[in-house]
Amino acid sequence: MSSFHPHLLDRRVRLARGVVWGALATLVIVFFRTQILEHSAFQLQSETNRLRPIPLPAPRGIITDRNGKILAENVTGYTVSLLPAADEDSLRATLHRLAPIVKLDSQAIARVLVRYRRTPYLPIAVLPSATFDVVSALEERRLLFPGLLIQAEPKRYYPDSGLASHLVGYVGELTEAERSQQRVAAVRLGGLLGKDGLEREYDDSLRGYDGVRFVEVSALGHVVREAPPASRLAPVPGKPLHTTIDLDLQHYIAQIFPAGHRGAVLAMNPNTGEILALYSAPGFDPNAFVGGVDPEYWRRLNESEAHPLFDRTIKGRYPPGSTWKLAVAAMALKRGIVTLHSHMPIPCRGGLQYGNRFFRCWSGAGHGDLSLADAIAQSCDVYFYQLGLKLGLTSLLEDATALGFRSPTRIDLPDEKTGLFPGGTDYYDRVYGPRRWTSAVTLNLAIGQGENAQTLVNMVRFYQMLASDGRARAPYLVRPAPGPEATLGLTPDQLTGLRQAMISVVERGTARGAARFGGSIAIAGKTGTAQNPHGPAHGWFIGFAPADKPEIVVGAIVEFAREGPFVAPLVTRVIGRYLGVDTTVASNVRIVLPTDTAPHPMQLLPGPPAEDTTIPPLDTGVTPPPPPPVDTGHAAPAPGNR
Amino acid sequence: MRPPLREIDRPLVAVVLALAAYGLATLYSAGQTDVPTFVETIWRKQLIWLAMGIIATVLMFRASPRLLEWATPYAYAISVVVLIWTLFAGVGAGTAASERSWLALGGVRLGQPAEIAKLAVVLMLARWLAEQREPPATLRHLVYLPFPFPFIGRPAGAPVLCPCLIAGIPSFLVFKQPDLGSSMVFVAILFTMLYWAGTRISLLVLLGSPVIGLVLAFSTVAWGAWILVLIALLIWWRPYVWEGLAVMLANLIMGVVAVPFWQRLAPYQQNRLLAFLNPQEDPRATGWHVIQSKIAIGSGGFLGQGFLHGPQKRLAFLPAQFTDFIFSVVGEELGFLGVLVALALFAALIFILIRIARRATDPYSSLCVFGVTGMLFTHMLENIGMTVNLLPITGIPLPFFSYGGSFLLACFMGVGISLRVAWESRQSGYAEL
Repeated sequence: MSSFHPHLLDRRVRLARGVVWGALATLVIVFFRTQILEHSAFQLQSETNRLRPIPLPAPRGIITDRNGKILAENVTGYTVSLLPAADEDSLRATLHRLAPIVKLDSQAIARVLVRYRRTPYLPIAVLPSATFDVVSALEERRLLFPGLLIQAEPKRYYPDSGLASHLVGYVGELTEAERSQQRVAAVRLGGLLGKDGLEREYDDSLRGYDGVRFVEVSALGHVVREAPPASRLAPVPGKPLHTTIDLDLQHYIAQIFPAGHRGAVLAMNPNTGEILALYSAPGFDPNAFVGGVDPEYWRRLNESEAHPLFDRTIKGRYPPGSTWKLAVAAMALKRGIVTLHSHMPIPCRGGLQYGNRFFRCWSGAGHGDLSLADAIAQSCDVYFYQLGLKLGLTSLLEDATALGFRSPTRIDLPDEKTGLFPGGTDYYDRVYGPRRWTSAVTLNLAIGQGENAQTLVNMVRFYQMLASDGRARAPYLVRPAPGPEATLGLTPDQLTGLRQAMISVVERGTARGAARFGGSIAIAGKTGTAQNPHGPAHGWFIGFAPADKPEIVVGAIVEFAREGPFVAPLVTRVIGRYLGVDTTVASNVRIVLPTDTAPHPMQLLPGPPAEDTTIPPLDTGVTPPPPPPVDTGHAAPAPGNR
Repeated sequence: MRPPLREIDRPLVAVVLALAAYGLATLYSAGQTDVPTFVETIWRKQLIWLAMGIIATVLMFRASPRLLEWATPYAYAISVVVLIWTLFAGVGAGTAASERSWLALGGVRLGQPAEIAKLAVVLMLARWLAEQREPPATLRHLVYLPFPFPFIGRPAGAPVLCPCLIAGIPSFLVFKQPDLGSSMVFVAILFTMLYWAGTRISLLVLLGSPVIGLVLAFSTVAWGAWILVLIALLIWWRPYVWEGLAVMLANLIMGVVAVPFWQRLAPYQQNRLLAFLNPQEDPRATGWHVIQSKIAIGSGGFLGQGFLHGPQKRLAFLPAQFTDFIFSVVGEELGFLGVLVALALFAALIFILIRIARRATDPYSSLCVFGVTGMLFTHMLENIGMTVNLLPITGIPLPFFSYGGSFLLACFMGVGISLRVAWESRQSGYAEL
């Protein structure tokens, strides 16, 4: 057996050992590289494997009124979400297993899948506000649902739901379209942000900063345990928002606003610009939007004739009607064309012949020969036709622009609409063609008809100038917008005279409340009737009180109210309430008002431009409805039951 | 004759017991997951297998090498028959109960007969090679058919089966199961034992050249270069003309059949090989095993995540953590240090076995021990190498670590044979030369 001679064997042993050493050395080197040199990279991968970030939503800042009463707060609710699975098929399977418990239909499943595709690394909310029953049913079957995550989260809650819905707004999940805006770059997809009202305007400070925690998941996607608390980042709550609203007054307005009517009421402190109440009817239930709006409710809101989402205080544009006459008077006084005691050449005999047309006054019997103060008090159209002509079209347009009738009030609410008013005579050239219109348009403009449509907030701001020292103050809910403000440019005497002319309402309250004012409050105000081609006219009333030293200015518009005086009691009761007068007993209230029914606007020219003279508020003012949220809104409470 | 225990090879016993204990602890840890599975209690079954393995060791230790040599052809014949039977039973109407349980585990290897057959092949090759007066000098000695036939028929006086057939028949049967990994182990055993019998390296290279040609055939350039190298080697080594031509022909045929052979592989086998080349190509499916294994090992660092506390294992990211990828558990939980300890134990085992083979009293014993060494080393290298993507993934177990009774038995039987051989050489007063 020469081949097994020890000498030969030793040679083979050496080679065999060499091979083994080489193999072992290779293994050691590879393990050294993997475990020591690349350790941190693999450690990271191991953590990425098993740790899933779970956003901890920050509680939004609470919103309070001027006395600290709650307009919007947070309550704790349960969110059912699923951790992202390895692929869409397994997620779909889990959703189908979940469907009977959380009542998901195929549409809702599709919506969840859409959201999964958008943020495949974040938990997907399946049921944004789950009841305790559903939560316990799910907990019992936890093993059936890989990635099931139930988390207590702060939910927005509006105690007064519909009363201040336009003012407070509502919240919703960030959508893809909003994501592209710079404004909300800090919000993750699926995060909450304010969609309207104060919630949107002050979203940045209300929102706070979401925190994050990590959970460990198994390869099958089951949540196994909470990751060490060191990795947890607590959410930073949003800052509270202190508004100028008087919730008590807001309540009162909602209570006395004629039921079933559409309209708006705006109350403001004339000396500061603070908004005391902002009410638009009909309202909606902002609580229904928390955690995703029920598609059915969303559809009803958008298809409703009344457009409940539409804020009539800042977005509804209405022809100002006779409330406009004060603006013309102020312009004329400022330019020194007239004084409060000036008379017009032609006394009112029920109308005015201008060119080949007869412009009627609302009072067919006529008012006779009036001073400016009397003309304001009696709202004489014939006087203002002549005043308008005396002022001239160019001055009228110029002064209206200067007084801010073509600019926004810059109230701190989103999407305020600007009043519609011609900026110059070139407007008429453009619409009718050069030399195809006459200065007769001035007559319509002078009495608040014609090419003029104003928002309630803008008209209230104008009356605020009358009610204060003549300077405009930016209306605000939280912070006034900085910047130069318009001024009436009237002397204190002229202002006092105008106010005096407007004292048309005298309200006598009971001794208790009105004692502060010697038993009665003088309310200065002006009615207005806006012609409406779609039905009965819209009624305006804007007033302030006490007339000599105003503390509150209140404007109201009620759609299809037929005439302005209809609206006046609403405003006087609001003012009375604010000033502490008991207005609940009707016998205590005496209202003296001229019946002011606006004349039909003169048809100046045939054809379509005439349509422009009265702007139907709902056709021009309504914003296109925002895209419906892609939420599954299961627990949305039944709206409209308030 | 009852061998006195004090003459036993203590280092081998110590190393094997240490490896078995290390393996059992790792297997226990492998079952401790956050989502409990049947693996949780599998260490108890392994404990039973260990006990049986120790009994098998004692039995093999009691068996004299002569008895073993006599029984070798029968053992080999039985193994082949069982392999054939397994193949048909597996293909046909159901398999044996144990095999069915293996399949239910999701394992693709068909272990039980194949693992024992590895040992049988070791014994059979040892017997064949020990009968030779000289080490095989030509390919003709290694490759011939069992019946008389010009050029490739059995030479006069040679045993019925040539070494290539002894290893090739079980290898082919296992390959058909299909278990590519184990079938390659038979090839590895053949080459290590031929080497130990004194076969020239050049002959081994020529014998193995068709396999190299098969692998390189997937790249035309590499294959062409290999053919040129082969021609140069043939000119340099100057084998018989016919043998040289046969080698060339075999390599050319391999180049032709490579693609059909590839297509005949099961898709998972193809994917494993592809995943070896680029695990990130399909990280969710084919590459998953090796990626998760590397993450587990890499996140272990120097000291590991702590015994029982490896997150990759606990959260079930690590696949087959109790069989094929059990070494990843070592890497994750005990870190580089634990890996070094395990490798040191394996190295000690291999070196002790080489020493025993070197000091064996007769060629048969020596070849048996070296065959066992080659088998264990191949398993160790391939299994550990695949956990760090050094080698492609195959389903072969890690000795003394992976769960699985049959392979554990085979290992312990091999150890028992080695203990006997070591004891014999001590009895004969063999001193190191």
